[in-house]
Amino acid sequence: MKFIDSLLGRTTQKAAKLDALFGLPNAAITLETTSGFTPTGAGAVCYRAAEGAAAARTQTDIVDLLNSDADGPDVEKTTDSFGFTWLVCHQDDMSLLCNDLHAINTSLEEQGFGGGLLCSLAAFADPTGRKVGLVYLYRQGTFYPFAPKGPQQRDNLLEIQVRDLLAGELPMEKDLTRWMALWGAPGL
Amino acid sequence: MARSRFISDTGLTVRMTSVMFLLGALFVVLVVTLMYALPRYSLIIGLVAIGIAFFQWWSSDKVAMRAMRAREVTPEEAPELHGMIDRLCSLADMPKPRVGIADTDLPNAFATGRSPQRSVVCVTRGILRRLSAEELEGVLAHELSHVAHRDVLVMTLASSAGIVAAMLTRSFQFGGFGMLGSGSRGRSSNNNSGGVAGVPVWLVLLIVSLVVYAISFLAMRLLSRYRELCADRSGAYLTQKPGQLASALQKITGEIAAIPQRDLRSSNAMNAFFIAPAVSGVSLRTLTSTHPSLEQRLEQLSKIATELGRPTD
Repeated sequence: MKFIDSLLGRTTQKAAKLDALFGLPNAAITLETTSGFTPTGAGAVCYRAAEGAAAARTQTDIVDLLNSDADGPDVEKTTDSFGFTWLVCHQDDMSLLCNDLHAINTSLEEQGFGGGLLCSLAAFADPTGRKVGLVYLYRQGTFYPFAPKGPQQRDNLLEIQVRDLLAGELPMEKDLTRWMALWGAPGL
Repeated sequence: MARSRFISDTGLTVRMTSVMFLLGALFVVLVVTLMYALPRYSLIIGLVAIGIAFFQWWSSDKVAMRAMRAREVTPEEAPELHGMIDRLCSLADMPKPRVGIADTDLPNAFATGRSPQRSVVCVTRGILRRLSAEELEGVLAHELSHVAHRDVLVMTLASSAGIVAAMLTRSFQFGGFGMLGSGSRGRSSNNNSGGVAGVPVWLVLLIVSLVVYAISFLAMRLLSRYRELCADRSGAYLTQKPGQLASALQKITGEIAAIPQRDLRSSNAMNAFFIAPAVSGVSLRTLTSTHPSLEQRLEQLSKIATELGRPTD
Protein backbone atom coordinates (compact mmCIF):
# COMPACT_ATOMS: atom_id res chain seq x y z
CA MET A 1 0.00 0.00 0.00
CA LYS A 2 2.84 2.34 0.89
CA PHE A 3 4.61 1.50 -2.36
CA ILE A 4 1.45 2.05 -4.40
CA ASP A 5 0.89 5.38 -2.68
CA SER A 6 4.38 6.51 -3.50
CA LEU A 7 4.02 5.47 -7.15
CA LEU A 8 0.74 7.38 -7.33
CA GLY A 9 2.38 10.40 -5.73
CA ARG A 10 0.17 10.37 -2.68
CA THR A 11 2.69 10.30 0.14
CA THR A 12 1.85 12.42 3.09
CA GLN A 13 3.24 12.74 6.57
CA LYS A 14 3.45 9.65 8.71
CA ALA A 15 1.44 9.64 11.90
CA ALA A 16 3.43 10.19 15.07
CA LYS A 17 4.01 7.28 17.46
CA LEU A 18 3.36 8.54 20.96
CA ASP A 19 3.31 5.53 23.28
CA ALA A 20 6.99 4.81 23.82
CA LEU A 21 7.41 8.22 25.41
CA PHE A 22 5.95 6.85 28.65
CA GLY A 23 9.05 4.71 29.11
CA LEU A 24 11.00 7.84 30.05
CA PRO A 25 10.45 7.83 33.86
CA ASN A 26 11.80 4.29 34.20
CA ALA A 27 14.71 5.06 31.93
CA ALA A 28 15.53 8.11 34.04
CA ILE A 29 15.86 5.91 37.13
CA THR A 30 18.10 3.45 35.30
CA LEU A 31 20.26 6.26 34.00
CA GLU A 32 20.62 7.75 37.47
CA THR A 33 21.57 4.49 39.18
CA THR A 34 23.99 3.29 36.52
CA SER A 35 25.72 6.45 35.36
CA GLY A 36 24.88 9.29 37.74
CA PHE A 37 22.95 11.35 35.22
CA THR A 38 19.92 12.99 36.82
CA PRO A 39 17.04 14.77 35.06
CA THR A 40 17.48 18.54 35.00
CA GLY A 41 13.72 18.92 34.96
CA ALA A 42 13.65 20.43 31.50
CA GLY A 43 11.83 18.78 28.66
CA ALA A 44 10.75 20.05 25.30
CA VAL A 45 8.63 19.14 22.32
CA CYS A 46 9.89 20.20 18.91
CA TYR A 47 7.35 20.48 16.13
CA ARG A 48 6.64 22.29 12.94
CA ALA A 49 3.90 24.84 13.49
CA ALA A 50 1.73 24.86 10.38
CA GLU A 51 0.85 28.17 8.80
CA GLY A 52 -2.61 29.59 9.28
CA ALA A 53 -5.02 30.45 12.02
CA ALA A 54 -5.79 26.89 13.13
CA ALA A 55 -2.23 26.09 14.11
CA ALA A 56 -1.74 29.40 15.89
CA ARG A 57 -4.87 28.83 17.93
CA THR A 58 -3.94 25.25 18.78
CA GLN A 59 -0.59 26.50 20.03
CA THR A 60 -2.16 29.16 22.22
CA ASP A 61 -4.57 26.58 23.64
CA ILE A 62 -1.70 24.25 24.54
CA VAL A 63 0.31 26.94 26.28
CA ASP A 64 -2.79 28.09 28.20
CA LEU A 65 -3.58 24.52 29.22
CA LEU A 66 -0.09 23.82 30.53
CA ASN A 67 0.17 27.15 32.32
CA SER A 68 -3.23 26.81 33.95
CA ASP A 69 -2.08 24.28 36.55
CA ALA A 70 -0.36 25.83 39.52
CA ASP A 71 2.16 23.04 40.10
CA GLY A 72 4.98 24.25 37.95
CA PRO A 73 6.71 27.05 36.11
CA ASP A 74 5.37 28.34 32.83
CA VAL A 75 5.95 26.84 29.44
CA GLU A 76 8.41 28.68 27.23
CA LYS A 77 8.06 28.90 23.49
CA THR A 78 11.07 29.33 21.25
CA THR A 79 11.63 29.03 17.52
CA ASP A 80 14.91 27.66 16.23
CA SER A 81 16.79 28.65 13.10
CA PHE A 82 15.23 25.80 11.12
CA GLY A 83 11.74 27.17 11.68
CA PHE A 84 10.70 24.55 14.21
CA THR A 85 8.88 25.51 17.39
CA TRP A 86 10.07 24.26 20.78
CA LEU A 87 7.72 24.21 23.75
CA VAL A 88 9.86 23.87 26.86
CA CYS A 89 8.37 22.52 30.10
CA HIS A 90 9.98 22.39 33.53
CA GLN A 91 8.93 19.72 36.03
CA ASP A 92 11.21 18.18 38.64
CA ASP A 93 9.27 14.95 38.60
CA MET A 94 9.97 12.93 35.49
CA SER A 95 6.49 11.44 35.22
CA LEU A 96 4.88 14.90 35.52
CA LEU A 97 7.20 16.12 32.78
CA CYS A 98 6.18 13.15 30.70
CA ASN A 99 2.52 14.06 31.16
CA ASP A 100 3.19 17.62 30.05
CA LEU A 101 4.99 16.46 26.93
CA HIS A 102 2.20 14.07 26.19
CA ALA A 103 -0.43 16.77 26.61
CA ILE A 104 1.31 18.77 23.89
CA ASN A 105 1.44 15.74 21.60
CA THR A 106 -2.19 14.81 21.97
CA SER A 107 -3.45 18.38 21.56
CA LEU A 108 -1.49 18.78 18.33
CA GLU A 109 -2.61 15.42 17.08
CA GLU A 110 -6.26 16.03 17.85
CA GLN A 111 -6.21 19.12 15.70
CA GLY A 112 -4.66 17.27 12.80
CA PHE A 113 -1.12 18.54 13.27
CA GLY A 114 0.40 15.27 14.52
CA GLY A 115 2.36 15.06 11.30
CA GLY A 116 4.38 18.09 12.29
CA LEU A 117 5.83 16.57 15.47
CA LEU A 118 9.57 16.15 15.01
CA CYS A 119 11.03 15.08 18.33
CA SER A 120 10.87 15.63 22.04
CA LEU A 121 13.74 15.90 24.43
CA ALA A 122 14.40 15.33 28.11
CA ALA A 123 17.60 16.80 29.52
CA PHE A 124 19.94 15.02 31.95
CA ALA A 125 23.11 16.21 33.66
CA ASP A 126 25.76 14.58 35.85
CA PRO A 127 27.66 16.22 38.76
CA THR A 128 30.67 16.99 36.54
CA GLY A 129 28.47 19.18 34.35
CA ARG A 130 28.20 16.91 31.35
CA LYS A 131 24.80 17.06 29.72
CA VAL A 132 22.93 14.58 27.64
CA GLY A 133 19.49 14.80 26.10
CA LEU A 134 17.29 11.81 25.44
CA VAL A 135 15.60 12.57 22.14
CA TYR A 136 12.43 10.82 21.12
CA LEU A 137 11.73 10.57 17.39
CA TYR A 138 7.99 10.58 16.80
CA ARG A 139 8.07 9.07 13.33
CA GLN A 140 10.22 6.10 14.28
CA GLY A 141 9.01 5.76 17.87
CA THR A 142 12.61 5.43 19.05
CA PHE A 143 15.00 7.27 21.35
CA TYR A 144 18.58 8.39 20.89
CA PRO A 145 20.98 10.26 23.15
CA PHE A 146 22.41 13.62 22.14
CA ALA A 147 25.38 14.91 24.12
CA PRO A 148 26.69 18.29 22.97
CA LYS A 149 30.28 19.07 23.93
CA GLY A 150 31.27 22.58 23.07
CA PRO A 151 29.51 24.65 20.43
CA GLN A 152 29.48 22.21 17.49
CA GLN A 153 30.86 18.96 18.84
CA ARG A 154 29.20 15.83 20.14
CA ASP A 155 30.43 13.46 22.81
CA ASN A 156 29.90 10.31 20.78
CA LEU A 157 31.44 8.04 23.41
CA LEU A 158 28.94 9.19 26.00
CA GLU A 159 26.10 8.85 23.51
CA ILE A 160 26.96 5.24 22.69
CA GLN A 161 27.36 4.53 26.41
CA VAL A 162 23.92 5.91 27.21
CA ARG A 163 22.42 3.98 24.34
CA ASP A 164 23.85 0.72 25.68
CA LEU A 165 22.69 1.49 29.22
CA LEU A 166 19.12 2.08 28.12
CA ALA A 167 18.90 -0.55 25.43
CA GLY A 168 16.82 -2.78 27.69
CA GLU A 169 14.43 -0.04 28.79
CA LEU A 170 13.63 1.99 25.72
CA PRO A 171 13.50 1.32 22.00
CA MET A 172 16.78 2.92 20.91
CA GLU A 173 17.31 4.12 17.35
CA LYS A 174 19.57 1.63 15.58
CA ASP A 175 20.24 3.73 12.49
CA LEU A 176 22.97 6.15 13.56
CA THR A 177 22.26 8.46 10.62
CA ARG A 178 18.98 9.33 12.28
CA TRP A 179 20.78 10.69 15.35
CA MET A 180 20.15 14.30 14.36
CA ALA A 181 22.31 16.97 15.90
CA LEU A 182 20.14 19.44 17.82
CA TRP A 183 22.53 22.30 18.44
CA GLY A 184 21.18 24.89 20.80
CA ALA A 185 18.31 22.69 21.91
CA PRO A 186 16.61 24.18 24.97
CA GLY A 187 17.69 22.63 28.25
CA LEU A 188 21.08 21.41 27.05
CA MET B 1 -8.75 8.84 16.32
CA ALA B 2 -6.76 11.86 15.35
CA ARG B 3 -7.97 13.53 12.23
CA SER B 4 -5.81 14.37 9.31
CA ARG B 5 -5.69 17.62 7.44
CA PHE B 6 -4.54 15.88 4.31
CA ILE B 7 -7.07 16.25 1.52
CA SER B 8 -6.53 13.83 -1.31
CA ASP B 9 -7.00 14.92 -4.89
CA THR B 10 -8.78 11.95 -6.45
CA GLY B 11 -9.09 13.69 -9.81
CA LEU B 12 -5.34 14.14 -10.04
CA THR B 13 -4.68 10.52 -9.08
CA VAL B 14 -7.16 9.23 -11.65
CA ARG B 15 -5.78 11.44 -14.42
CA MET B 16 -2.24 10.45 -13.61
CA THR B 17 -3.02 6.74 -13.42
CA SER B 18 -4.73 6.86 -16.80
CA VAL B 19 -1.70 8.53 -18.37
CA MET B 20 0.60 5.89 -16.85
CA PHE B 21 -1.73 3.21 -18.14
CA LEU B 22 -1.72 4.76 -21.60
CA LEU B 23 2.07 4.81 -21.68
CA GLY B 24 2.17 1.17 -20.56
CA ALA B 25 -0.33 0.23 -23.26
CA LEU B 26 1.77 2.04 -25.87
CA PHE B 27 4.77 -0.01 -24.87
CA VAL B 28 2.79 -3.22 -25.21
CA VAL B 29 1.50 -2.14 -28.64
CA LEU B 30 5.04 -1.45 -29.77
CA VAL B 31 6.39 -4.76 -28.47
CA VAL B 32 3.54 -6.70 -30.09
CA THR B 33 4.09 -4.88 -33.39
CA LEU B 34 7.80 -5.66 -33.24
CA MET B 35 7.16 -9.31 -32.59
CA TYR B 36 4.62 -9.43 -35.37
CA ALA B 37 6.68 -7.54 -37.89
CA LEU B 38 10.07 -9.13 -37.82
CA PRO B 39 11.69 -10.44 -34.70
CA ARG B 40 15.39 -10.50 -35.22
CA TYR B 41 16.56 -7.06 -36.21
CA SER B 42 13.91 -4.96 -34.51
CA LEU B 43 14.05 -6.90 -31.27
CA ILE B 44 17.72 -6.07 -30.97
CA ILE B 45 16.86 -2.39 -31.37
CA GLY B 46 14.16 -2.77 -28.74
CA LEU B 47 16.53 -4.48 -26.32
CA VAL B 48 19.22 -1.85 -26.83
CA ALA B 49 16.66 0.89 -26.20
CA ILE B 50 15.49 -0.75 -23.00
CA GLY B 51 19.11 -1.18 -22.02
CA ILE B 52 19.65 2.54 -22.50
CA ALA B 53 16.57 3.35 -20.41
CA PHE B 54 17.78 0.98 -17.70
CA PHE B 55 21.24 2.52 -17.72
CA GLN B 56 19.74 6.02 -17.48
CA TRP B 57 17.76 4.99 -14.46
CA TRP B 58 20.55 3.00 -12.83
CA SER B 59 23.17 5.72 -13.05
CA SER B 60 20.77 8.67 -12.89
CA ASP B 61 22.43 10.16 -9.80
CA LYS B 62 25.93 10.21 -11.27
CA VAL B 63 24.85 11.34 -14.73
CA ALA B 64 22.68 14.16 -13.42
CA MET B 65 25.32 15.37 -10.97
CA ARG B 66 27.93 15.42 -13.74
CA ALA B 67 25.59 17.11 -16.21
CA MET B 68 24.95 19.90 -13.72
CA ARG B 69 28.60 20.00 -12.61
CA ALA B 70 27.35 19.45 -9.09
CA ARG B 71 29.50 18.30 -6.23
CA GLU B 72 28.48 16.31 -3.19
CA VAL B 73 28.85 18.25 0.05
CA THR B 74 29.45 16.91 3.55
CA PRO B 75 27.59 18.11 6.65
CA GLU B 76 30.71 20.08 7.61
CA GLU B 77 30.69 22.00 4.33
CA ALA B 78 26.97 22.85 4.34
CA PRO B 79 25.65 22.43 7.88
CA GLU B 80 22.43 24.40 7.40
CA LEU B 81 21.45 22.52 4.26
CA HIS B 82 22.18 19.18 5.88
CA GLY B 83 20.35 20.13 9.06
CA MET B 84 17.30 21.10 7.05
CA ILE B 85 17.31 17.84 5.10
CA ASP B 86 17.92 15.84 8.30
CA ARG B 87 14.78 17.29 9.84
CA LEU B 88 12.66 16.84 6.74
CA CYS B 89 13.77 13.23 6.35
CA SER B 90 12.98 12.58 9.97
CA LEU B 91 9.51 14.05 9.51
CA ALA B 92 8.93 12.04 6.35
CA ASP B 93 10.52 8.89 7.80
CA MET B 94 12.70 8.35 4.76
CA PRO B 95 16.41 7.60 4.36
CA LYS B 96 18.56 10.67 3.99
CA PRO B 97 19.69 11.31 0.43
CA ARG B 98 23.12 12.62 -0.45
CA VAL B 99 23.32 16.36 -0.84
CA GLY B 100 24.92 18.22 -3.70
CA ILE B 101 25.54 21.82 -4.66
CA ALA B 102 25.87 22.95 -8.27
CA ASP B 103 28.02 25.96 -8.91
CA THR B 104 25.64 27.88 -11.14
CA ASP B 105 23.70 31.03 -10.60
CA LEU B 106 20.59 29.59 -12.22
CA PRO B 107 18.13 29.29 -9.30
CA ASN B 108 17.05 25.66 -9.32
CA ALA B 109 17.03 22.36 -7.49
CA PHE B 110 16.67 18.75 -8.54
CA ALA B 111 16.48 15.28 -7.09
CA THR B 112 17.53 12.12 -8.83
CA GLY B 113 18.73 8.60 -8.15
CA ARG B 114 17.49 5.09 -8.77
CA SER B 115 15.86 4.54 -5.36
CA PRO B 116 15.23 6.49 -2.16
CA GLN B 117 18.27 4.73 -0.68
CA ARG B 118 20.53 5.89 -3.51
CA SER B 119 19.30 9.33 -4.32
CA VAL B 120 20.80 12.75 -4.33
CA VAL B 121 19.18 16.12 -3.79
CA CYS B 122 20.99 18.98 -5.41
CA VAL B 123 20.56 22.73 -5.19
CA THR B 124 22.34 25.46 -7.09
CA ARG B 125 24.26 28.35 -5.58
CA GLY B 126 21.73 30.63 -7.22
CA ILE B 127 18.83 29.18 -5.27
CA LEU B 128 20.77 29.29 -2.00
CA ARG B 129 21.49 32.95 -2.61
CA ARG B 130 17.95 33.97 -3.56
CA LEU B 131 15.64 32.08 -1.20
CA SER B 132 15.05 32.51 2.49
CA ALA B 133 15.59 29.50 4.77
CA GLU B 134 11.91 28.63 4.90
CA GLU B 135 11.44 28.96 1.16
CA LEU B 136 14.46 26.76 0.58
CA GLU B 137 12.94 24.21 2.94
CA GLY B 138 9.76 24.19 0.85
CA VAL B 139 11.83 23.53 -2.26
CA LEU B 140 13.77 20.73 -0.54
CA ALA B 141 10.52 19.15 0.63
CA HIS B 142 9.29 19.21 -2.97
CA GLU B 143 12.48 17.47 -4.11
CA LEU B 144 12.32 14.92 -1.29
CA SER B 145 8.77 14.14 -2.39
CA HIS B 146 10.12 13.38 -5.86
CA VAL B 147 12.50 10.94 -4.18
CA ALA B 148 9.75 9.37 -2.07
CA HIS B 149 7.51 9.04 -5.13
CA ARG B 150 10.31 7.31 -7.05
CA ASP B 151 9.81 9.74 -9.88
CA VAL B 152 13.02 8.81 -11.65
CA LEU B 153 11.86 5.20 -11.86
CA VAL B 154 8.34 6.16 -12.93
CA MET B 155 9.52 8.58 -15.59
CA THR B 156 12.11 6.13 -16.93
CA LEU B 157 9.53 3.36 -17.19
CA ALA B 158 7.13 5.79 -18.79
CA SER B 159 9.73 6.89 -21.32
CA SER B 160 10.75 3.40 -22.42
CA ALA B 161 8.07 3.17 -25.11
CA GLY B 162 9.15 6.53 -26.48
CA ILE B 163 12.83 5.55 -26.48
CA VAL B 164 12.15 2.31 -28.37
CA ALA B 165 9.97 4.13 -30.88
CA ALA B 166 12.55 6.86 -31.34
CA MET B 167 15.32 4.34 -31.95
CA LEU B 168 13.20 2.45 -34.46
CA THR B 169 12.46 5.63 -36.35
CA ARG B 170 16.17 6.45 -36.31
CA SER B 171 17.07 3.06 -37.70
CA PHE B 172 14.75 3.66 -40.64
CA GLN B 173 16.51 6.92 -41.25
CA PHE B 174 19.82 5.09 -41.56
CA GLY B 175 18.43 2.57 -43.99
CA GLY B 176 17.45 -0.08 -41.50
CA PHE B 177 14.24 -0.73 -43.37
CA GLY B 178 16.17 -2.15 -46.26
CA MET B 179 17.09 -5.05 -44.04
CA LEU B 180 13.67 -5.33 -42.53
CA GLY B 181 10.89 -5.97 -44.96
CA SER B 182 11.09 -5.58 -48.69
CA GLY B 183 14.88 -5.65 -48.86
CA SER B 184 17.18 -8.57 -49.48
CA ARG B 185 15.83 -10.53 -46.55
CA GLY B 186 12.24 -9.86 -47.60
CA ARG B 187 12.13 -12.56 -50.20
CA SER B 188 13.26 -15.34 -47.93
CA SER B 189 11.03 -14.37 -45.01
CA ASN B 190 8.03 -13.40 -47.03
CA ASN B 191 5.90 -16.30 -45.90
CA ASN B 192 6.17 -16.01 -42.15
CA SER B 193 6.44 -12.26 -41.75
CA GLY B 194 4.93 -10.68 -44.81
CA GLY B 195 3.13 -7.35 -44.81
CA VAL B 196 -0.49 -6.69 -43.96
CA ALA B 197 -2.58 -6.97 -47.13
CA GLY B 198 0.21 -5.90 -49.40
CA VAL B 199 1.56 -3.03 -47.27
CA PRO B 200 5.28 -3.56 -46.64
CA VAL B 201 6.24 -4.46 -43.09
CA TRP B 202 8.72 -1.66 -42.74
CA LEU B 203 6.05 0.93 -43.56
CA VAL B 204 3.69 -0.44 -40.90
CA LEU B 205 6.54 -0.48 -38.43
CA LEU B 206 7.60 3.05 -39.32
CA ILE B 207 4.08 4.42 -38.96
CA VAL B 208 3.50 2.60 -35.69
CA SER B 209 6.76 3.88 -34.23
CA LEU B 210 6.09 7.43 -35.33
CA VAL B 211 2.60 7.37 -33.85
CA VAL B 212 3.83 5.75 -30.63
CA TYR B 213 6.61 8.30 -30.38
CA ALA B 214 4.26 11.24 -30.87
CA ILE B 215 1.70 10.01 -28.35
CA SER B 216 4.29 9.03 -25.77
CA PHE B 217 6.02 12.41 -26.11
CA LEU B 218 2.83 14.25 -25.21
CA ALA B 219 1.81 11.73 -22.55
CA MET B 220 5.25 11.94 -20.92
CA ARG B 221 4.98 15.70 -20.62
CA LEU B 222 1.49 15.37 -19.20
CA LEU B 223 2.68 12.77 -16.69
CA SER B 224 5.62 14.97 -15.75
CA ARG B 225 3.26 17.86 -14.97
CA TYR B 226 1.06 15.63 -12.82
CA ARG B 227 4.10 14.34 -10.92
CA GLU B 228 5.16 17.92 -10.25
CA LEU B 229 1.74 18.74 -8.82
CA CYS B 230 1.94 15.62 -6.62
CA ALA B 231 5.38 16.62 -5.37
CA ASP B 232 4.09 20.12 -4.60
CA ARG B 233 1.24 18.63 -2.56
CA SER B 234 3.36 16.20 -0.60
CA GLY B 235 6.06 18.80 -0.07
CA ALA B 236 3.56 21.31 1.26
CA TYR B 237 2.13 18.76 3.68
CA LEU B 238 5.63 17.84 4.81
CA THR B 239 6.68 21.35 5.78
CA GLN B 240 3.10 22.40 6.61
CA LYS B 241 3.95 25.72 5.00
CA PRO B 242 2.50 25.79 1.49
CA GLY B 243 2.89 29.57 1.47
CA GLN B 244 6.68 29.30 1.62
CA LEU B 245 6.84 26.93 -1.35
CA ALA B 246 4.50 29.24 -3.24
CA SER B 247 6.68 32.27 -2.65
CA ALA B 248 9.79 30.25 -3.59
CA LEU B 249 8.14 29.23 -6.87
CA GLN B 250 7.21 32.80 -7.61
CA LYS B 251 10.77 33.94 -7.02
CA ILE B 252 12.34 31.17 -9.10
CA THR B 253 10.00 31.21 -12.08
CA GLY B 254 9.91 34.98 -12.12
CA GLU B 255 13.69 35.14 -12.39
CA ILE B 256 13.92 32.36 -14.92
CA ALA B 257 11.51 34.08 -17.27
CA ALA B 258 13.53 37.25 -16.96
CA ILE B 259 16.86 35.68 -17.92
CA PRO B 260 17.58 35.42 -21.66
CA GLN B 261 16.92 31.99 -23.03
CA ARG B 262 20.21 31.62 -24.87
CA ASP B 263 22.28 31.36 -21.72
CA LEU B 264 20.18 28.55 -20.36
CA ARG B 265 20.31 26.05 -23.17
CA SER B 266 22.91 23.93 -21.44
CA SER B 267 20.39 22.89 -18.81
CA ASN B 268 17.83 21.72 -21.34
CA ALA B 269 18.18 17.97 -20.88
CA MET B 270 17.76 18.21 -17.14
CA ASN B 271 14.44 20.06 -17.21
CA ALA B 272 12.32 17.08 -16.20
CA PHE B 273 14.06 16.85 -12.84
CA PHE B 274 14.11 20.52 -11.98
CA ILE B 275 11.71 22.22 -9.65
CA ALA B 276 10.97 24.83 -12.32
CA PRO B 277 11.87 24.52 -16.00
CA ALA B 278 14.80 26.62 -17.07
CA VAL B 279 13.57 27.33 -20.59
CA SER B 280 10.38 29.28 -21.01
CA GLY B 281 8.25 30.44 -23.87
CA VAL B 282 7.89 27.32 -25.99
CA SER B 283 5.09 27.23 -28.53
CA LEU B 284 2.31 24.78 -27.66
CA ARG B 285 3.52 25.49 -24.18
CA THR B 286 0.66 23.93 -22.27
CA LEU B 287 0.94 20.66 -24.18
CA THR B 288 4.67 20.12 -24.17
CA SER B 289 5.76 21.71 -20.92
CA THR B 290 7.38 19.45 -18.34
CA HIS B 291 6.10 21.59 -15.47
CA PRO B 292 2.61 22.88 -14.73
CA SER B 293 2.03 26.60 -14.99
CA LEU B 294 2.76 28.77 -11.99
CA GLU B 295 -0.91 29.66 -11.68
CA GLN B 296 -1.87 25.99 -11.48
CA ARG B 297 0.75 25.29 -8.83
CA LEU B 298 -0.17 28.33 -6.75
CA GLU B 299 -3.85 27.45 -6.95
CA GLN B 300 -3.19 23.99 -5.56
CA LEU B 301 -0.95 25.35 -2.79
CA SER B 302 -3.55 27.88 -1.76
CA LYS B 303 -6.14 25.11 -1.44
CA ILE B 304 -3.79 23.23 0.88
CA ALA B 305 -3.14 26.39 2.86
CA THR B 306 -6.87 26.88 3.33
CA GLU B 307 -7.27 23.35 4.60
CA LEU B 308 -4.35 23.74 7.03
CA GLY B 309 -5.71 27.02 8.33
CA ARG B 310 -9.32 25.95 8.75
CA PRO B 311 -10.37 26.92 12.27
CA THR B 312 -10.33 24.14 14.81
CA ASP B 313 -13.55 23.02 16.42
